[in-house]
Amino acid sequence: MPRRVAIIATGQTKHAARRLDVNIRELITEAVTRALQDADLRMRDIDAVLLGNMEPFEGFLFPELWAVEGWGGYMKPSVKFNTGGTVGTTTAIAAYYYVASGIYDVVMAIGFEKQSEGHTQTAITTVGDPVWERSVMAGAIGNFAVMATTYMHESGVTEEQAAKAAVKARRNACLNEYAHLQMPDITVEDVLKSEMLAYPVKRLDMCPQSDGAVAVIFAEESKAQKLAPRPAWVRAVATAHEQQYMGDSPKRLAEMRSLVAASRRAYQAAGITNPRKELDVAEIYEVASFAELAMYENLGFCDRGEGGKLIDAGVTALTGELPVNPSGGVMSTNPIGATALIRVAEAALQIMGKAGGRQVEGARTALATGYGGNAWTDVIILSRERP
Amino acid sequence: MSEESPTLRIDFLLDTEYQYAVGQYGMRFFTGLRDHARFMGVRCPECGRVYIPPRPVCGICYRELQEWIEVGPEGTIVGWTVVRIPFIDPMTGEQRPVPYGFALIRLDGASTSLYHFLDEADERKIRVGQRVRAIFREKREGSLRDVLYFHLLEG
Repeated sequence: MPRRVAIIATGQTKHAARRLDVNIRELITEAVTRALQDADLRMRDIDAVLLGNMEPFEGFLFPELWAVEGWGGYMKPSVKFNTGGTVGTTTAIAAYYYVASGIYDVVMAIGFEKQSEGHTQTAITTVGDPVWERSVMAGAIGNFAVMATTYMHESGVTEEQAAKAAVKARRNACLNEYAHLQMPDITVEDVLKSEMLAYPVKRLDMCPQSDGAVAVIFAEESKAQKLAPRPAWVRAVATAHEQQYMGDSPKRLAEMRSLVAASRRAYQAAGITNPRKELDVAEIYEVASFAELAMYENLGFCDRGEGGKLIDAGVTALTGELPVNPSGGVMSTNPIGATALIRVAEAALQIMGKAGGRQVEGARTALATGYGGNAWTDVIILSRERP
Repeated sequence: MSEESPTLRIDFLLDTEYQYAVGQYGMRFFTGLRDHARFMGVRCPECGRVYIPPRPVCGICYRELQEWIEVGPEGTIVGWTVVRIPFIDPMTGEQRPVPYGFALIRLDGASTSLYHFLDEADERKIRVGQRVRAIFREKREGSLRDVLYFHLLEG
């Protein structure tokens, strides 16, 4: 049997378009120091460190080697993960496995990206298959736009409904001191009138490129109870992969087969039958406004084709029945190697009651997801109750 | 931290070239495209899916794929966009002229879809479900560029 595991501490940097004031090591140190302070621990109390990053963005191989001073890896067991949009949740799930296995008691998961130092669209282009896909796709945006037209066709969702998700993200971000894009006055009209990148995706529908780092500390049961007044227990983790080519699942956004598979597996493990009622808050990896609505449907928050109506009804607003991304989400902050781990950290903050102005009152069960390369998904469920 | 802090940065320019093998199944597809202007897919003996791009194994059934079937050259748009942001073409390193339309196209007889260019860049004239036909280059070299684009058919 796996041991019980909880998140006991988190630390984030101030995320921004350009953190020119620090290099990568210093950026990581900022998050790691805050996580250690949060748990009142020293680096020597950490048994293993897991690092998540997408090296092609910075063009810097082996961050686990050259950033040791930043992430406290000296002479510690460690592994680096590089799984696209899911980097952060892969790292979190691995940290869970490390502790649940009984081999390590306290493990730190770190994610970082400093996108201002590299060329994001060039790196993302290499996600596509060189022989079959790269010759026509236009980075993440073009790829995403093709999925969005299919989703609009399937669900009847409108550009205006998608824009509402973009507005919600940037307004929620104003309550999050770490968030990158904080836009208190943004309106649906602003999103609709922003520059058309690739139909139907406009500039304000998309996530930004950010510099940022995050660290999350996982501990086994007795240490978790000793070190954290209110640990966030890991109730379930799940991962699922699609087939490889974009055209293998043409309704990739409308159907999101990997998200459906992973979330249903996690719900079952956590004993959840009605996610909209039984989850109190969700931090999901919505790379763009249209994706958020599609994710509502595929996470089972509503029926197929109802994602637009859910945002219209305010169900996922901070004050709604099931707040989605009180942090401002990926549309507000996207240092890619950190992004999915930020979802986990934010879900944990909600359970711990430490989410400040973005706190969902009485949150007891929280969902976090990671979503990578349009093809694979991680799902993590946290709860205040010990499983 | 302040974005206004005076900072020093170091420039680094990396100009790299890669060469990728198309594989055995890709060889058969691309020689068929080059020599006969023909799209070939492979059929799974278990689920019956016809795969483009062709590949050795059905990822869903994990069965070997050996039955080759001609698909296209007409098909249906399942997703599309018109790119308006400036974009560097990764095949050449040059800026790609914008706007341009591209789509996921399900070739007739195939179960999966293929990315390719459209000969239309007006958002009002493209829709999901629209019929298209491949327009081939006269001089073909054995790559997806042997198809110039897909032409939007009436109706």
